[in-house]
Amino acid sequence: MTLGLKAIRKHLSKYKDKLPKNVLDELEEKLSKLDISEKECKRIIEEIHRAYSRALVEPGEAVGTVAAQSIGEPGTQMTLRTFHYAGVRELNVTLGLPRLIEIVDARRSPSTPMMTIYLDEDHRYDKEKAREVAKKIETITVENVSRSVEVDFLTSSIVVVLDEKVLRDKDISPENVAKALEKQKFGDVQLEGDMVIRITAQTSDVNALQKLREKVMSLKLRGIKGINRVVIQRERDEYVLYTDGSNLKGVFDAVERGELKGVDVSRVMSNNIHEIAEVLGIEAARAAIIQEAMKVLEEQGLDVDTRHVMLVADLMTCTGRVRQIGRHGVSGEKESVLARAAFEVTVKHLLEASARGEEDPLQGVTENVIVGQPIPLGTGLVELFVTAAPGGKRK
Amino acid sequence: MSFAELAKTIKSIKFGVLSPDEIRKMSVAVITTADTYDEDGMPIPSGLMDPRLGTIEPGQRCKTCGNRVGQCPGHFGHIELARPVIHVGFAKLIYTLLRATCWNCGRLLLTDQEFERYKRLLKVYAERWPHLIRKLNEDVLKKAMKVAECPRCGQPQYKIRFEKPTSYYEEREEGDYRLSPIEVRARLERIPDDDLRLIGINPEAARPEWLVLTVLPVPPISVRPSITLESGVRSEDDLTHKLVDIIRINERLRENIEAGAPQLIIEDLWELLQYHVTTYFDNETSGIPPARHRSGRPLRTLAQRLKGKEGRFRSNLSGKRVDFSARTVISPDPNISMNEVGVPIEVAKILTVPERVNKFNIQELRELVIRGPFEHPGANYVIRPDGRRIDLRFPKDRTAIAESLDVGYIVERHIRDGDVVLFNRQPSLHRMSIMAHRVKVLPYKTFRLNLCVCPPYNADFDGDEMNLHVPQSEEARAEAQVLMLVQEQILSPRYGGPIMGAIQDYISGAFMLTYKSTLLTREEVAHLLAAANYKGEIPKPAIVKPMELWTGKQIVSLFFPRGLNYSLKASFCLKCSECMKEDCPHDSYVVIRQGKLLAGVLDKKSIGAGQPESVLHRIIKDHGTDAGRYFIDYAFKLFLTHIDGRGFTIGLDELEIPEEAKVRIKEILKEAERKVRELIESYHRGELEALPGRTLEETLEMQIMQVLAEARDRAGDVATQYLGIKNSALIMARTGARGNVLNLAQMMACVGQQSIRGERIVRGYINRTLPHFKPGDLGAGARGFVYSCYRDGLSPIEFFFHAMGGREGLVDTAVRTSQSGYMQRRLINALLDVRVEYDGTVRTAGGFIIQFKYGEDGVDPAKSDHGKAVNVDKIIEKVLGEVIEK
Repeated sequence: MTLGLKAIRKHLSKYKDKLPKNVLDELEEKLSKLDISEKECKRIIEEIHRAYSRALVEPGEAVGTVAAQSIGEPGTQMTLRTFHYAGVRELNVTLGLPRLIEIVDARRSPSTPMMTIYLDEDHRYDKEKAREVAKKIETITVENVSRSVEVDFLTSSIVVVLDEKVLRDKDISPENVAKALEKQKFGDVQLEGDMVIRITAQTSDVNALQKLREKVMSLKLRGIKGINRVVIQRERDEYVLYTDGSNLKGVFDAVERGELKGVDVSRVMSNNIHEIAEVLGIEAARAAIIQEAMKVLEEQGLDVDTRHVMLVADLMTCTGRVRQIGRHGVSGEKESVLARAAFEVTVKHLLEASARGEEDPLQGVTENVIVGQPIPLGTGLVELFVTAAPGGKRK
Repeated sequence: MSFAELAKTIKSIKFGVLSPDEIRKMSVAVITTADTYDEDGMPIPSGLMDPRLGTIEPGQRCKTCGNRVGQCPGHFGHIELARPVIHVGFAKLIYTLLRATCWNCGRLLLTDQEFERYKRLLKVYAERWPHLIRKLNEDVLKKAMKVAECPRCGQPQYKIRFEKPTSYYEEREEGDYRLSPIEVRARLERIPDDDLRLIGINPEAARPEWLVLTVLPVPPISVRPSITLESGVRSEDDLTHKLVDIIRINERLRENIEAGAPQLIIEDLWELLQYHVTTYFDNETSGIPPARHRSGRPLRTLAQRLKGKEGRFRSNLSGKRVDFSARTVISPDPNISMNEVGVPIEVAKILTVPERVNKFNIQELRELVIRGPFEHPGANYVIRPDGRRIDLRFPKDRTAIAESLDVGYIVERHIRDGDVVLFNRQPSLHRMSIMAHRVKVLPYKTFRLNLCVCPPYNADFDGDEMNLHVPQSEEARAEAQVLMLVQEQILSPRYGGPIMGAIQDYISGAFMLTYKSTLLTREEVAHLLAAANYKGEIPKPAIVKPMELWTGKQIVSLFFPRGLNYSLKASFCLKCSECMKEDCPHDSYVVIRQGKLLAGVLDKKSIGAGQPESVLHRIIKDHGTDAGRYFIDYAFKLFLTHIDGRGFTIGLDELEIPEEAKVRIKEILKEAERKVRELIESYHRGELEALPGRTLEETLEMQIMQVLAEARDRAGDVATQYLGIKNSALIMARTGARGNVLNLAQMMACVGQQSIRGERIVRGYINRTLPHFKPGDLGAGARGFVYSCYRDGLSPIEFFFHAMGGREGLVDTAVRTSQSGYMQRRLINALLDVRVEYDGTVRTAGGFIIQFKYGEDGVDPAKSDHGKAVNVDKIIEKVLGEVIEK
């Protein structure tokens, strides 16, 4: 006698609030494949619930310390080598210990900013179409397409010699370049021959000309600011764009303005936590911290439970901003004066506390260690005691 | 220890600044003499060692409180400063205060409306968002500091300049005017309490004028004890030295003022006094030279005492020294349980456990007292109910003391077999670095531990030392035993799998015992089972004729829990394209049914340390930690006994391969060399195509590296082909006991590319690595490719490259430990207050909620099944299995 999906669902629904969703889903899937009786089904669910209750954390458990240890301990086994090719051979990505430190430090920008851009239904299966999208994203400056950019002091002008091959490759005409330069009002722009552009400046000051040369070289012809290179990579059955440099807002804005088509906006990903927090919000930043940290640990072949990483990410983001793990973030914002003084910059914290007349309520661990009292964790958390009267009777 | 001692006694600590009145009130002596002792060695009254400040000499009574050394806490004195000086630590705060308030009326430079608005805001914030107050204070200050004219009294405000460390100038039209500390103090005095509250200063705790010192407290002698060297020379503490300077200048300044000396001299002395007081507080103030000792060493003054790793906070307050501990070298002992630790008799005779005498143990304790402190199961002290300690080392007749024992006495007896102790190896990176063990008193002088606890401690026996601590209270012992015992820690909270298990020879032994060709005679079986302390029946032999023979699998199966069902691929598995499961020709698919090992070999994947979802994991998870400990303690003995009997060595012979193989390897390497040469030539001809986003040079390097790596792997494959299954090196590599196939390849075929920073070696001379090569040589040999294998030996050039690569590894490890250590310190410090509350939420010490449910499902990773809340498959199997049996 087989139990229908409906019956299984009915039994499972009783445990809706008692079991986590992923367990329920797994159960539903596995039970529906089995040939079992109603009684057996019930017993299985009961057993699962018992096993789940046994696996729950106990109150007072020092989950913070365990999480810190679980992430910190494998640090000694990680490589220090900064560069690794993570999936994409053409791009260098910081991984290993330096990247992990970068994540918990909540640095403003990662040392190798990177984006992963997925494409929509129409573009993801065709390499040519993917290349079209990539072209629109990649920044191309005058420097990229020119063989040389020199200052001609005699005529106080700047001579740009374009590279024909690159121009063709990037699908830009010399006229485009000239037009873009003209728009900037650097001076009089002239096309001399096919591949030479001369910009005659108003000034003849040497320094000003040099500065102007820099400006001309860094003039953006196309693409999204901050994205230096785009690599197309096949990932299972679709093509994905990996970028060197990150600019989420730029991509989103370009899509919104209709300049950029073919991007699956919901799957665009950056490795810059702060940027994600600004553009997509704090919840996204939390998810990004978890994802990035787990990626580093997994790449190094280290087995660390997600729950630990989740806790760290939650602590970093629970105020609504991304806080650093350390002096300028979580540790520096602790309530307790003694805990702050015991970490770093001892004297400053003590002086400040005395001027403000702060009171340390001794609620944390460090403070109680300092004054020599039991710490409020685990068995030290219990504040209940029984006074037994002589003779063993309770009062 | 009683409950009263365990309970909280300090509720909170309040910080504040001492007012001059308070300093005078708490002072027991005015210090006016800049000397310490007179010629006779007596402290000079009202000198820095005034006896009223407390005593540090044993036997002496304190002049103030009448207590002896231990009891007298020391008492403060004070110095009346002739002129006020700025407190360096608060110099910056004083600067902001001067800028934010009016020099004339003392009010904050805000309009009435603004002031009232901020006041209201402060009240609201204090009630609802206390953590925002700091931000509000900053906003107020920022606003007030911008105002150029006092909105209250209309006076124009001068711009004030702060010159580090302690000078303030008013930038007036007629030129800069220096504010003397007296003027600064006068201005600070005018600031009303209400205004101070707005900028985050609590006037009850710290009136701003108190930040300009008029009276200086002199710390008690116990804070700055002088030390007598062996030569009898007294050496004073750095703080005393500094105070001497302060008093000397202070007195001179006072005399000069009284004598009506010229302003210039007074100013100079005042400035000097300011310098001394500044360095007294912080001798690393930027902008002034640090005060030095006669020897030229900078003085360690107040701030230096608190700061840094060796400062008061990190080394004395956050970390404390303890009694009842021992430290010695560790060595292995496979014969003791994983829960045990071997303690040398010498150590056991010093460490004690206080045991309260009652009517059940009085006889036993009497015997221990009689045996005394010099014989092992003895006792060191007896504590009488009135608190008096009797040292058992001295009395001749201990029987009398033993007789006097009565209920309520405490005997500090030696630790003995079965006592619970804590065992620790630094660095303590995770909680398994401190575990509870049961004592096993053993001869010789090292701590002994079971090899299976090496991974959690990360211990080896090349001279490692470990620490041992003896819990002294019943509560501590109970907690240690229930929560910290080794067997309770087998499952790591990091990934929810066993962190302890078989290592090295255990794995080789398990493999050899369980391999299908292993057959054991009755004698061998008996030997094995006796070593593993097996009591029970011997199973029926697998082969009866021509003689009775048992398989290793049969023997191991005796130690599995009855209902164990599991199957997995062994580490020995060759990863065939199509797995034949139970019928694996290499015996590498492990099948256990009803506690019987039916197929497969046990190796790293099944019983190894740090292997989640292994046989060992299942035993512990489904049958409890006791079953796990039993398996590790006894079944593992089988493996060792077996490997002992069979013998297991590795030598040069193990790496011998036939001539034919050597030829093939040589060919492969030659082929690779040719390919590299071709690549280089095509690069020189400019025919090489650059990879997208790479330069030509990078492309070339990548391709050469790839060719060479491939060649090394292929050469390694050739070499390993010739190794038989009986080869020890191969057994170790394939079972995961030690080393890997790459190591074998390096030993037998070719060591391969040496690299620095992931690139071929390029450093050395200009355009070449060594003068043996032509400049610009990009070939394999010239850039650190080692063609030889370790067995044949490296050429001198290869050896040099190999050393370069090896050195990088060493440097890397050294740098990494410091970096990851600091990261861990920061992580721990940020997270150490985070705990699960009774309502299931995760909160910080202050009660802020971090997570509503820990890890989104409330599951403890240590109790999870490799991260999963419940193992659905296992439970279904269990339920259905039972039902079917019915």
